[in-house]
Amino acid sequence: MVNEALVWAIFLLPLGSFVLIALVIRPFLNRWPLLAALSTIAALTASTVLAAITLRSVIVHHGAVFLSWDWLSYGGATIQMGLLVDPLTAVMLVVVTSVSLLIQIYSVGYMDGDPGLARYFAYMSLFTASMLGLTLSSNIVQLYAFWELVGVSSYLLIGFWHDRPSAAAAAKKAFIVTRIGDVGFLIAILYLFFKADDFAAVGLNAFHIPDIWQAAQPVAAGAAVLGGAALTWMALGIFAGAAGKSGQFPLHAWLPDAMEGPTPVSALIHAATMVAAGVFLVARFFPVFQQSVEAMAVVALIGAFTALMAATMGLVMNDIKRVMAYSTVSQLGYMMAALGLGAYHAAIFHLVTHAVFKALLFLGAGSVNHASGTFDMTYMGGLRKYMPATYILVMIASLSLIGIIPLAGFWSKDEILLAAFDGNAGFADWINIVTFVGLIAGVVFTAFYTVRMVMLTFYGEFKGGVDQENADLHPQPAASAQPHADAGDDAHDEEGGHHGGVHLAESPLVMVAPMAVLGLGAVVIGYVINPQWINFLGVPIHWVTGFVADGLHVATGGEGHAKLPDFDWQMAGISTAAAVAGALAGLAVYGLRRDPVREPLRILGPLYVLLSQKYYIDVLYENLIVRRSFYRVFAALANWLDRRLVDGVVDLVGWFFRNIGSAVARLQSGQVQAYGTAIALGSLLIILGFLLAS
Amino acid sequence: MSPEFNGLLTATVFLPAVGAVLLLLLRGNRVIRGAAVAIAVADLVLALFVFALFERGADAARFQFVDQFAWIPDVGLKASYLLAVDGLSAPLVALTGLLGLSAVLASWRVSTRVKEYFFWLLLLQTAVMGVFTALDLLLFFLFWELELVPMYMLISIWGTGRKEYSAMKFLIFTILGSAFMLVAIVAVFLTPGVGTFNLIELSATGGVLASAATLLPLSWLFWLFFVGFAVKLPTWPLHTWLPDAHTDAPTAASVMLAGVLLKMGGYGLLRVNVGLFPEQSWEFAWVLVALGVISVLYGAVVTIRQTDLKRLIAYSSVSHMGLVLLGIGSVGVAGGTLTATGLSGAAMQLFTHGTITGLLFLAVGLVYEKAHTRYIPDLGGLAGRMPFVAAAMLIAGLASLGLPGLSGFVSELLVFLGAYRAYDWPTVLAVLGIVLAAGYILWMMERTFFGARRERFADITDASLVEAAPLALMVICIIGIGVYPALLTDMFDTALEPMVRAINGG
Repeated sequence: MVNEALVWAIFLLPLGSFVLIALVIRPFLNRWPLLAALSTIAALTASTVLAAITLRSVIVHHGAVFLSWDWLSYGGATIQMGLLVDPLTAVMLVVVTSVSLLIQIYSVGYMDGDPGLARYFAYMSLFTASMLGLTLSSNIVQLYAFWELVGVSSYLLIGFWHDRPSAAAAAKKAFIVTRIGDVGFLIAILYLFFKADDFAAVGLNAFHIPDIWQAAQPVAAGAAVLGGAALTWMALGIFAGAAGKSGQFPLHAWLPDAMEGPTPVSALIHAATMVAAGVFLVARFFPVFQQSVEAMAVVALIGAFTALMAATMGLVMNDIKRVMAYSTVSQLGYMMAALGLGAYHAAIFHLVTHAVFKALLFLGAGSVNHASGTFDMTYMGGLRKYMPATYILVMIASLSLIGIIPLAGFWSKDEILLAAFDGNAGFADWINIVTFVGLIAGVVFTAFYTVRMVMLTFYGEFKGGVDQENADLHPQPAASAQPHADAGDDAHDEEGGHHGGVHLAESPLVMVAPMAVLGLGAVVIGYVINPQWINFLGVPIHWVTGFVADGLHVATGGEGHAKLPDFDWQMAGISTAAAVAGALAGLAVYGLRRDPVREPLRILGPLYVLLSQKYYIDVLYENLIVRRSFYRVFAALANWLDRRLVDGVVDLVGWFFRNIGSAVARLQSGQVQAYGTAIALGSLLIILGFLLAS
Repeated sequence: MSPEFNGLLTATVFLPAVGAVLLLLLRGNRVIRGAAVAIAVADLVLALFVFALFERGADAARFQFVDQFAWIPDVGLKASYLLAVDGLSAPLVALTGLLGLSAVLASWRVSTRVKEYFFWLLLLQTAVMGVFTALDLLLFFLFWELELVPMYMLISIWGTGRKEYSAMKFLIFTILGSAFMLVAIVAVFLTPGVGTFNLIELSATGGVLASAATLLPLSWLFWLFFVGFAVKLPTWPLHTWLPDAHTDAPTAASVMLAGVLLKMGGYGLLRVNVGLFPEQSWEFAWVLVALGVISVLYGAVVTIRQTDLKRLIAYSSVSHMGLVLLGIGSVGVAGGTLTATGLSGAAMQLFTHGTITGLLFLAVGLVYEKAHTRYIPDLGGLAGRMPFVAAAMLIAGLASLGLPGLSGFVSELLVFLGAYRAYDWPTVLAVLGIVLAAGYILWMMERTFFGARRERFADITDASLVEAAPLALMVICIIGIGVYPALLTDMFDTALEPMVRAINGG
């Protein structure tokens, strides 16, 4: 059986670590911040073990739901805090705990010497607890609660170095943009409560997630409790929340800015886990989405569009973390598209592999920063000579991202592309075609920007790192007169200064070891946990995809096992060709260039500017909509009206009575009480008038 | 009307007033300060007794701790001294005790006319406690008016800026509102067959007013009361006294004003408007919702433009009090299907906003005391200097923008859940307020506490133990209620369920 107390412990251990650090270690033992690290790592080690045990029992026993605590109860709908442990949850638990654990260990090295170390680990514990709570929630309100807590942990960690204006601004932006999506999520919850009586009539609870699944299924005996256009709108509301967290267009703008946080934070939150929460959310309510072709089409199209658009922006960024950030947005697009296409298993599989190789990429970026002091790739180059371990590990992750057989990313991305190739039978043809083309084109660009990143960072000559960057940033006025055309990365000098100057050497073992574990994962988890043709090393064929797909199959009332598509050589050939084409193009452009300083893509002219300006979407949002339209015009007008019109009328009335009053002032004592009495008497007179009149 | 006398409520209400008088006999600022703290602590203990001893069981009496005797029996007024609490008022009594102590502690550094200052502050506490416990309309009105005097004094003497203007504005607005209320009270009393001010009797039967040929149409009475309470809440467009009063009041007065005085308006709406006029509440719910949604959005938009920290919080209060109206407006749901959700959310919002805004004003008070400015563009980078205050402010801010796990979320959620059932699109509009709230709170935090440290604030220190205590107290409340809201909602519901039944049955 799945043990309830044991599953609660997975969540409560990191929460306890947070409380311990916040209430004891940070206030009283701040001289020994490694205690905070110890607390976090110990809690997560235990959680990881428990997550593995839980996964095992879910494999054997399929899962369980525990209703642990009636939080609030109104109108037939009870908000019950509980645990929903199904295959999706079990897989997520293992991913979140293990990746988080590795990143905490890495952080000990990376954050060494930071005065806010205890605070850092407190936030990291809070984040991990919230993320685990999110994946475990059995109730949509509970899920929303952890959803927001994850958001606030992200806010705290992006703004961890709050002395930096850019970090504080990025943290705020992340929270507000994701909150716009959350409005949709919240309204979906309101709608569920609106239907609570209908749920109750058939013995269901409107907030309980498995009940929501059930209510969305078309019932033979009559209409489903949820159905029709309302179901589509509800699904789209949930998707809005998911799009915010997972950085899907048009709510993607916050994620690249979120790189202002410490790099391990980017690895854990803004690459491996939290941003995948959007994908998880759609997957969690997949039985609802399945019932609306329109909602599925929106998810697929937005996903494919985001996958392509973000990949193109990744082509021109000079900040290594921003390249990876756009890459993350793009890969999340793939997962969303897979969900929209109905390939639930592929989306989750890619979520797992992506968590591993993208975390590794970010940790690699942190390691590179450790040596060069900068994140600007134009000041790197040639680092493979100085840090061979980092180089090899980043190469593995990069090839996995590109989708080169036999690395993890190949297998999962291939499943998505296969699903896109087959299309969703419910969609109009053009939707299937557009989605497929977008995803395939995305593969080409992904390969290109990844190769570019590797070439700029590890090949060629070293270009001076942070020292050179500082020299360039504060030179004679002539240089600053020519603005950076690549203004896309305003993060330039931000985290750069953190580690002091350049010291070209491999990072310490405490950083490299967790990367090595992830590197191993990026090699094996593609095929080993999901063999394609035969049972492999005791792992059954299609194990991960089958496991989660069966979970969904059972949840929607199916019997036996879900059917999964078999490996398709033709598709593998197409996707590999696309990846190799992009990679070769990247190699050609960056391997054969003559001028090592000038960016070859500048040859694209206006297109280069458009890309490096991020399609001017940030300008549109921040400058045009928020600052100029909303703040300077709309809010200013409201404020002016409040002072002049609403309050103006009041002052006018006051002025009128003051002048009247001066005429009869001599009758007045000036006592407040007397005024009150007069008013009371006057009121009585009015009553009397009514009495006489009636 | 059998005389009963429990005594607990009488003690809770009048202890601060008695203490205030005794203060006048003392000498020396330190002694007076210490005595004021002792009185506030004692009153908090009493208030917590009221809260903790209140029986919640299904068969418990609805009104408890009754103190009742005939007060003016002979001149035909039949007013009685009647204090009691139900599930709606007991938490508000506890809130008043909490904020009363916080306000006294926040006044540690007051140095002018200290004795007088604490006299008014304690008297204010008695008045507010009285409003929440008086269940005789006349007595209620007396406490309602009594509250004006100390607040007027606190703002006009110990305030800053245009303090006389603001104090007078506060006074005139409230008195105008009360005039409407008084007309309604008198009209209720004079209605043939009523002849009582006893709120329990007036509401218990539900039908006393509905069946009687009232002096004024019931809908008039509803609106007369409404105006009186709406000014206090305040709702758009009667809100303009609030930013002025808040901005110019001393910290403790701001805390009391935002924390408990505004709640008198919401409490009055629930107790009197919904309690006595269930049918009219149902009929006019759409007006409440409209005003509520306007207040939420308008308040939030105007908040974003504010550059004075206190003004910013004041306008955010307008927005958040709009949620109270929205929650009460949930009674407009199609006949017979009302649940207590929205009303409970409104009541919850009264309590949570009290603690959240109390905390915000306490923290801003500390910022002002140490940085000597509340002008946001002059501030920045304070988090490094005063991490405790920054953390408290952030927690209050996050609660204010409705972060789950903190108390603000619970009330917002309940209000939205309840109101959506009755008015879906208006509620959706109000939900947009959560984005605006995130905007003004986080932008305020960014400009005030984050960013580069400033040389000018190099010697600012964090809160001392005395200064930190009230902040910590509020933080505990905010987190406690956020995690375990049933502590309050179970209580609210005992009072709200009868109202719901009256509306559903009517």
